[in-house]
Amino acid sequence: MSAIEKTDVVIVGSGFGGSIPAYHLAAGGAKVVVLERGPWLAAEDFDHDYLLGSSYTRVFDFVAGEGMSVLGGNCVGGGSVVYFAAMPRAPKFVFDRHGSIGRRMWPAEISRDSLEPWYDRVDESIPVSKQDWTDVSYAGGLWAAACNHSGRTANPAPVAVDNDRCTNCNFQMAGCRFDAKRSMLTNYLPAALAHGAQIRPLHEVERLERTEDGGYRVHFDLIDEEDYRIHTGSGVIEAKIVIIAAGAGATPVILQRSEAALGTMPHGVGRYFSGNGERLNTAIIDEDRVREVLGLSREDGAVYAANHIGKGPTVANWDKLDGSLPEYERYSLEQLYFPPGLGTILAQAPGGEEPRWFGAEKKEILKQWSNWLTIFLMTEDDNEGVFGTPPPTGNAYRISQQMLGRGPLRYEPTANTLRGWALADADCKAIIEKDGLAKVAPWTNDVVGAYTVHPLASCRIGDDPATSALHPSHELRDHEGIFVTDSASVPGALTVNPAMTIAALAERAVPGIVRALQDRGVDVKYGAPAPDGSITGRRAVSKLDLVAGN
Amino acid sequence: MASEEEVQVLTLEAYADTIVPGEKRFPEDRAVAGAAPGPGAVEAGALDLLNYDATGITAGLPYLVQSLNDHAKSYAGEVELEIDTDVPPFVALPYEHRRALVTRLTKPGHPEKEGWVSLALFCNMAYDTAPHRHTAEALAAGHPGLLALGYRPPDADGLWRFPKFSYGRKLADLHPDTTPSGSPA
Repeated sequence: MSAIEKTDVVIVGSGFGGSIPAYHLAAGGAKVVVLERGPWLAAEDFDHDYLLGSSYTRVFDFVAGEGMSVLGGNCVGGGSVVYFAAMPRAPKFVFDRHGSIGRRMWPAEISRDSLEPWYDRVDESIPVSKQDWTDVSYAGGLWAAACNHSGRTANPAPVAVDNDRCTNCNFQMAGCRFDAKRSMLTNYLPAALAHGAQIRPLHEVERLERTEDGGYRVHFDLIDEEDYRIHTGSGVIEAKIVIIAAGAGATPVILQRSEAALGTMPHGVGRYFSGNGERLNTAIIDEDRVREVLGLSREDGAVYAANHIGKGPTVANWDKLDGSLPEYERYSLEQLYFPPGLGTILAQAPGGEEPRWFGAEKKEILKQWSNWLTIFLMTEDDNEGVFGTPPPTGNAYRISQQMLGRGPLRYEPTANTLRGWALADADCKAIIEKDGLAKVAPWTNDVVGAYTVHPLASCRIGDDPATSALHPSHELRDHEGIFVTDSASVPGALTVNPAMTIAALAERAVPGIVRALQDRGVDVKYGAPAPDGSITGRRAVSKLDLVAGN
Repeated sequence: MASEEEVQVLTLEAYADTIVPGEKRFPEDRAVAGAAPGPGAVEAGALDLLNYDATGITAGLPYLVQSLNDHAKSYAGEVELEIDTDVPPFVALPYEHRRALVTRLTKPGHPEKEGWVSLALFCNMAYDTAPHRHTAEALAAGHPGLLALGYRPPDADGLWRFPKFSYGRKLADLHPDTTPSGSPA
């Protein structure tokens, strides 16, 4: 047994929730090993190609559940590599949400105001940029003009994109070939490596157990680099502290599988999953009407015909992010792009008879694909997702060699969630169909259930042990030394893209993890600057009780 | 009746053609029903994709084919439709009936839904994504689905770049409560 490798911290997953503590803890002096189940790719590996086996299927994961399918990252950098890089902060009212538990579901100590210094740290570290109208794609511009025509506002979203490098290729779901997207591969991870952190790709953590000295033994399988259905070996590593940041679709599964060895898990592990209230609508744009009504045209003479041009979302309507509205009636409507395949199968032909997701009528709208405008609705759901029995390994029974799997998540939308979706659908329709600009239909939920690109809350922070798996410090209840710092820790739907909030919470969790390491005799300090050396964010948080330790 | 292999090909082609219908390839084409103008999923390479074992669906195809034909036989009996026996039962169904049966098989609650949805997913992708081929090569070779979508060829190095991407002007007022960081308040 003396051959077992030991380290101070094992971090499971390398997305926002893993990379951020990896950097800070390594910079502070801890020995950090990051285990990532997916491959390690760099800019030149990111293909513009839909071929099975290209980066698109290597780095991306689609897990079908019962009533909910989850899309996420599967590579070093995790979700930050495949996401669309919209980085708004969550509106104030979100932190006062009650959701399904009848009282505030966020910890009392967290509000938008108290989270601002942590948002600022992320803002400086990524860095996040505000966008101007000249950065906005045709699709975003069209959505803005349609909102304006309905007397509504529209905002270019803050993004983690270097727009000077961006080619508007709309391939960012397959990773960014031009390093324009500021994924974790461009900031926290290289900084963590520079401070000695080790990152091990194709290491899929399956379960944890306790060691006799109060630490944890982490069991992992080695994954074949081409066919993820094949496991090529296994191993163990021991650590004083384990940080689980495998994503809201995988973190609870690892903990559930560890229950036999670790003892009973808190009730909130694998419950209260939220799909961020997400839903999509596809509008088929009438170019003649857009020219006449909105006065839009491109320099090259076309009016729109630009579905394929851009960089994910660029413009959002935030009119319904109004704290005076009742819960479940607040949402944002954001222009978005999805590539063919995932972005076409669930789209429905507007009008006509069911089924509208396949057949001759669907083929007709595919011919108009370049005139599609996709609108992404982020509403308030009811945290109704529950994870069933874990699969033997990973978080899914893998079907395809990459990307597609069948997972244990069950999600039956409540009346609150369904009503929120209906309100947002109707609002979207009123805006985009006004004066004949387009015909719109929501994506069907009948084929793979609802779907989310922003899984949340399956192992959440909170004050109430009955409804939250984690203490407000992100430490797992009843299991000292295990922390969860990813999307699973976010208490509920945010009504906006969650990456900025996930990252801010991970930043906020780090000082507590440093203290936990110090308590276990590790010589580690908190106080690293931003990955590029900037110090404004550090200065601001250094006065907070959380950091000062008061 | 055709060989087992022919039954599989005809049946899967008919299923793919139900998801993305196309015009008949030749006058006596039975698998492709001719329910829509232009090439559909079959001509786009649905069978090439289904037979590519990276999908994870290939090994299950014989079972799906047998089950689909069993369902087609029961369905025809149920709606009192007389079907030819010289082709597999699903192939013998006219397009509208194939469509009705696939609708039933992919509805929430159907015990075999998952298999039929997976099959539909890959048939659809063969047409609009062509994941069995390099995208740039498929486009250059005139892949019917990618062309129908209006997909443009990439630059000479195989990468897509769109130097013109924006209307370049203000098109709406910002939300009045936008914070200095560009976020909602």
